[in-house]
Amino acid sequence: MRWGRKNTGGSQTRPYRILLLIPLIFLALFFFYPLLTIFGISLAPEGQLNLSAFATVVMSDYYRETLWFTVVQAVLSTVLTLVLALPGAYVFARYDFPGKSLLSSLSTLAFVLPTVVVAAAFSALIGPRGVVNDALTAIFRLESPPIQLERTLVIILIVHVFYNYSVALRIIGGFWATQSLRMEEVARVLGASGWRLWWHIRLPILRPAILAAAVLVFIFTFTSFGVILILGGPRFATLEVEIYRQATSLFNLPVAAALSLVQIILMFALMLIYTRLQRQTATELQGWVARRPRNRREWGFVIANVIVMAILLFAPLLALVIRSLTGHDGLTTQFYQLLSSNPRGSVLFVPPVQAIGNSLIFAIVTTVMAVLLGTMAAYLLAQRQSRLSRWLDPVFMLPLATSAVTLGFGYIIALDEPPLNLRASPLLIPIAHTLVAMPFVVRSVLPALRAIAPGIQESASVLGASGWQIWRLIDLPLISRGLIVGATFAFTVSMGEFGASSFIARPDTPTMPLVIYRLLGQPGATNYGQAMAMSVLLMAVCAVSFVLIERLRSAGIGEF
Amino acid sequence: MLTVQGVTRAFDGKPVLRSVDLEVERGEIMCLLGPSGCGKTTLLRIIAGLEQADSGNVLVDGQSILNTPVHQRGFGFMFQDFALFPHMDVEKNVAFGLKMRGESQVQERINEVLELVGMAGFERRDVTRLSGGERQRVALARSLAPNPCLLMLDEPLGSLDATLRERLALDLRAIIKRVNLTAIYVTHDQEEAFAIADRIAVMNAGVIEQIGAPETIYSRPRSVFVARFFGLNNIVPVVRRYAGQVETALGTFTVNDAANTILLHPLGIQLADGDTPDAILGQITERTFLGDAYRLEMRHHTGIKLTFRISARDSQIPVVGDSAAVMIAPEMIIPLADEGVGN
Repeated sequence: MRWGRKNTGGSQTRPYRILLLIPLIFLALFFFYPLLTIFGISLAPEGQLNLSAFATVVMSDYYRETLWFTVVQAVLSTVLTLVLALPGAYVFARYDFPGKSLLSSLSTLAFVLPTVVVAAAFSALIGPRGVVNDALTAIFRLESPPIQLERTLVIILIVHVFYNYSVALRIIGGFWATQSLRMEEVARVLGASGWRLWWHIRLPILRPAILAAAVLVFIFTFTSFGVILILGGPRFATLEVEIYRQATSLFNLPVAAALSLVQIILMFALMLIYTRLQRQTATELQGWVARRPRNRREWGFVIANVIVMAILLFAPLLALVIRSLTGHDGLTTQFYQLLSSNPRGSVLFVPPVQAIGNSLIFAIVTTVMAVLLGTMAAYLLAQRQSRLSRWLDPVFMLPLATSAVTLGFGYIIALDEPPLNLRASPLLIPIAHTLVAMPFVVRSVLPALRAIAPGIQESASVLGASGWQIWRLIDLPLISRGLIVGATFAFTVSMGEFGASSFIARPDTPTMPLVIYRLLGQPGATNYGQAMAMSVLLMAVCAVSFVLIERLRSAGIGEF
Repeated sequence: MLTVQGVTRAFDGKPVLRSVDLEVERGEIMCLLGPSGCGKTTLLRIIAGLEQADSGNVLVDGQSILNTPVHQRGFGFMFQDFALFPHMDVEKNVAFGLKMRGESQVQERINEVLELVGMAGFERRDVTRLSGGERQRVALARSLAPNPCLLMLDEPLGSLDATLRERLALDLRAIIKRVNLTAIYVTHDQEEAFAIADRIAVMNAGVIEQIGAPETIYSRPRSVFVARFFGLNNIVPVVRRYAGQVETALGTFTVNDAANTILLHPLGIQLADGDTPDAILGQITERTFLGDAYRLEMRHHTGIKLTFRISARDSQIPVVGDSAAVMIAPEMIIPLADEGVGN
């Protein structure tokens, strides 16, 4: 069943090879075709080469400033995240302490939460209507909320750190836990201690993991959309937000396309770097064994980190739940009840509760498609010796590197006219979500697939199993956990996806994140309360999925 | 030079070291030998400062070093997996300890130790591209470079294959002796210990059962545990004791000790004629050809089995099923203390 080998694989395996092409066709149709259409519109809007839109983007101070801001906030977010996560990763890799597994789960939960939920949560915590401001105004009898972080760079950075802390923690801490403690002990015997231990031993050994984490966090924050749109206000725009504004508010398609092009090129370069780095972090040595802190200094270090994590990760989610349950007169469930009504003058065309159904249906369809396509793609990539697969690996990761907004924008301009007119198709959203979710499935299934020793399938074959039987009796049981993890990821990604949906969702079929976004954008305590209630529901769905992922991943599945 | 006094250590309430005393002389290679879990590595790590003792003291030249942090002890340590720094080449690995101590004559010393371990010319090599034996040499060079007053080696040959191990053990001893270093060597392999040690401390369940030169320990084990650890299984329970005599199922022997068990050391067993007085009679139940010798197992009618070797050059070598008689050299009848002596 291995593509690159000439001596194995009889006629019975050939039909599979054709199956393996399906994910490539899918990518071509729903990823490359829209992107190429963007290229076409930005470089040749009227059918012939015309670089004026491109020139506008490159020459104008405004867009250069946008690009500058995008880079600066991404760099700041990345540095802040790493500075906070590095000692956290050390504490996790090195020490055992009460509540460790809870914190670890909490940090991963943050990773699967949709951007709109996170934005809503921070708004609930430190926004003008947030619990902290409420408490401070009440205690000190203030006229106006003392914390005015909404629409500042500070709140954007805080949310980015919240979001990416767990990414960095996982990559660095996970790598750290596989590194031999002996190295460190030898260095200490040889006379290293304190900062010299960090500088000469720990940091260099962690270098590939730190770089991989940095690149990934940079990618995530560079393409940050929902957070900036909701919390940043009109003053701030990343490239991503600018593309959205140009396309939807100003209908300036050539400029939006030119911006997308800049974004695509930068992201592809970064993704290529990331896949390279990620491969370097795959080495495994004798791992660290976590132990209890031994003296007061060690306890202090652990506790300080735990407090940072708890405040950063737990407080916003708690505030979100509190806010969704408190109205003018104290505790209430009215915001949850209001979700099923659709009063006149609402920004939505349908009662918010319908969005829950929409999101669930989209997510289920996405999961099925992503698992099928992702598994086929994983098989394609598992062909070890083929040079083809080495090139295809980053290609399948590309959708992750492409901003969802670019994707959504590409769909609008490419898929709304013959030969492929899907503008009105209910499948459009699941297709977009599948593109984003597929890399997660590939990454979950691929390690399990690669871990199947070639001898296993060959022995089954010698023992008389046909190609199909081998797959059902050997491959499937071995990759099933990876499949479930991938499926759960796909489901969660679809539930929370905001960027692409904001372009392509039809007004009468909004998803949960879209409803939250629109409610947050409206004045009035009721809208705000409903946004909080909806966010809590979405968070609950994600939390359930996440528990499933964590359970299965504790068995060592997935390479993220 | 090094003194360990009453060191005790427990992990999660389980004692790993029970009041261990040890004295290592300057220039001596002391081997801590024992099965896995006997506490030898923990003792080594406590001496190095990588692990804390619950109680007891560790002294160098009479001064306690318990409050000296690891990085200021000035020891050398070699791990089983060598723990070479993967982000540095051979030379940088070797230079690390010198740099940490702020030495100035770095280059000179690097050349010197690489020459010593036979790795001159490998300075720019990537450590991940070295063979097992080469890594071991680089690790040794790295721990020797800062001129440690004490070198500790934790199963440094454990990850190598058997043939390589034998040769490297001899090389290791030669190098340590050439620089006249004091060393503590941890291993579970008796042959390695015999090859490398000046003295061996046999450890069991957190205590040192016996300390002595390799020859002494092998020929005069003091306890049942030590005897069994060296594969000396001709252990016979004592039935009754007289003045200076013990009675066993195999006969009465002269032993000046109130022991419950005695060892009939294989080194003292010879084939004899059946009519020799005091000969022990039995039947050969196993015969193994070892190249230069045969190992024979003889079963006494009480069920007690004795194993011993005879030279392959002997003219008459009994086969399985033959009746046989053996004689025991009186000085090779050794009283054994019960298992877990020191408790």
